[in-house]
Amino acid sequence: MTDAALPGSAGPGLYLRAFVGLLARDLRVLQRNLLPFITRTVMNPLLFVFIFTYVFPHIGQSIQGGPSGMSYATILVPGLVAVGMVFQGIGAVALPLAMELGATREIEDRVLAPLPVELVAIEKLVFGAAQGVLAGAAVFPLVYFIPSTPVQVHVASWPLLITVILLASLTSGALGLALGTIVRPPQIGLMFAVVVVPITFLGCVYYPWALLHPIPWLQAAVLVNPLVYMSEALRASLTPELPHMPVWASLTALTAATAGLGAIGVHGFLRRTIS
Amino acid sequence: MSGTAAIRVEGLVKAYGGPYGIRALDGVDLEVRRGEIFGLLGPNGAGKTTTVGVCTTRVRPTAGRVTVEGVDVVRAPTGVKRLIGVATQFNTLDRACTVAENLYYHCRFFGYGAAAARQRTTELLDRFRLGDRATTMPMQLSGGMAQRVQIARAVAHRPRVLFLDEPSAGLDPQSRLALWETIGGLRDQGITVLLTTHHMEEADRLSDRVAIIDHGRVLEIGTPAELKQRVGAGTVIEVRAERAGPELVEALRVVPDVYEVREMPGGVRLLAGSRDGLMPRVVEAAQGYGLRDLSVTEPTLETVFITLTGRDLRD
Repeated sequence: MTDAALPGSAGPGLYLRAFVGLLARDLRVLQRNLLPFITRTVMNPLLFVFIFTYVFPHIGQSIQGGPSGMSYATILVPGLVAVGMVFQGIGAVALPLAMELGATREIEDRVLAPLPVELVAIEKLVFGAAQGVLAGAAVFPLVYFIPSTPVQVHVASWPLLITVILLASLTSGALGLALGTIVRPPQIGLMFAVVVVPITFLGCVYYPWALLHPIPWLQAAVLVNPLVYMSEALRASLTPELPHMPVWASLTALTAATAGLGAIGVHGFLRRTIS
Repeated sequence: MSGTAAIRVEGLVKAYGGPYGIRALDGVDLEVRRGEIFGLLGPNGAGKTTTVGVCTTRVRPTAGRVTVEGVDVVRAPTGVKRLIGVATQFNTLDRACTVAENLYYHCRFFGYGAAAARQRTTELLDRFRLGDRATTMPMQLSGGMAQRVQIARAVAHRPRVLFLDEPSAGLDPQSRLALWETIGGLRDQGITVLLTTHHMEEADRLSDRVAIIDHGRVLEIGTPAELKQRVGAGTVIEVRAERAGPELVEALRVVPDVYEVREMPGGVRLLAGSRDGLMPRVVEAAQGYGLRDLSVTEPTLETVFITLTGRDLRD
């Protein structure tokens, strides 16, 4: 008998090994699905940037840029990176989890792995966050190089950018975990209509939050949307010349959103796996 | 310490849906000894899967206590998970991974390093004759083959106690026989097996001891031979007649050696202690009622179940 079968010696070391095993499994699946991963990540921002910052200027349509002569392309950079990350939370965590918890019960073998079930849920969140970082990195060159109008990005503080990217990706992983445990497989289509589309259109992706002030009720209402803080925090770190929320406010909100959505997700995961 | 008990279940209750809800388990007591294959036999909905759910930490008990190898399933679920392997009737194989990867990552979850997990995977593919399916995706496997992979996965980390929940449900007879061979092969490994089934032949052939469970309670526990003897289920005779009814029941009740007669659709079912000279007497008694068919069953676990509950396992 190997020592892996000795009782009473369960502990942090073994939890870590099991956790690493779960990550290794997810990494293998991602590697196998690399092409779908890239497609699903770049398609939305690619078309968005192409239409609004390449086609529109060429056909004489235009969307007004930001204050101080900033192009609309510049406004889109942080927003589209943020959307790319949120889509990962949904595509990489929520959708597979809804299936694994639902009809197929595939999650069972991982629930029976020798670590607390909470950590199985947190692994999903962490892996979703890692994919969020990858997605952000994949989207950035698109939104930077495709526009025909000048894009002005400058990173004032790298530590701030790294913090924002990590926090934002954790938030999208937590959102994915929460949605994945709430949504049943037949409701996936509905989830896109009720959650995903409103989150993106009302996420200060295509306009800075400050510019909403002529519509005060909307400016207040969108504050429940975690994507707002991701867009605004990225705006603060990539295009600091554009109006953006104070950094402390967006970072605090992202931390709270990660904690809140993470708690809902872990709780939901337990509810769905242990009866 | 737990002595020789691999699994100990004491006063186990599981109620769903509040105080007026369903009692899936209504005070189950069991003790599974180390190294035995223990069968939990009962109809669908008897509480077999719920019992396994509690033992494997996925169902929280309402009352009672369960230990696996002396470790409490409620207080130390992670400790229990390290000691057990589980295969259920549902194909829960990871559909995003190949057969070999299902085994490999399972080993990784249980703390094996990459090299050790690869080696163990090769061993298992070989032992369970899955070598030519290593790179197959689970959705392409037949039911019997998927079940074999699930059992290979369940024993991959060398658990002490293996739970097989309705392992042959939905399999064709040939795959079922192959599966029985696989399960029988585990006996030599010294592993304790708790097997649930509503298939009486499965329980009879594979189990060292059997518990008969119905409506969330254990009715009897013993070796298959003991149960057949103890419950006194001699012979079960089903009589089909055109005019089956209370009168036929009365007519058969007075036949010597017949100790119980129950109505069933289209006829009656009687339990008798001895077969000697029984047939002619039954035929004679049923003659006036349009006797159409008579079938005799040797004592089996199914007849034990019928004796205990008055119902068929399939009812």
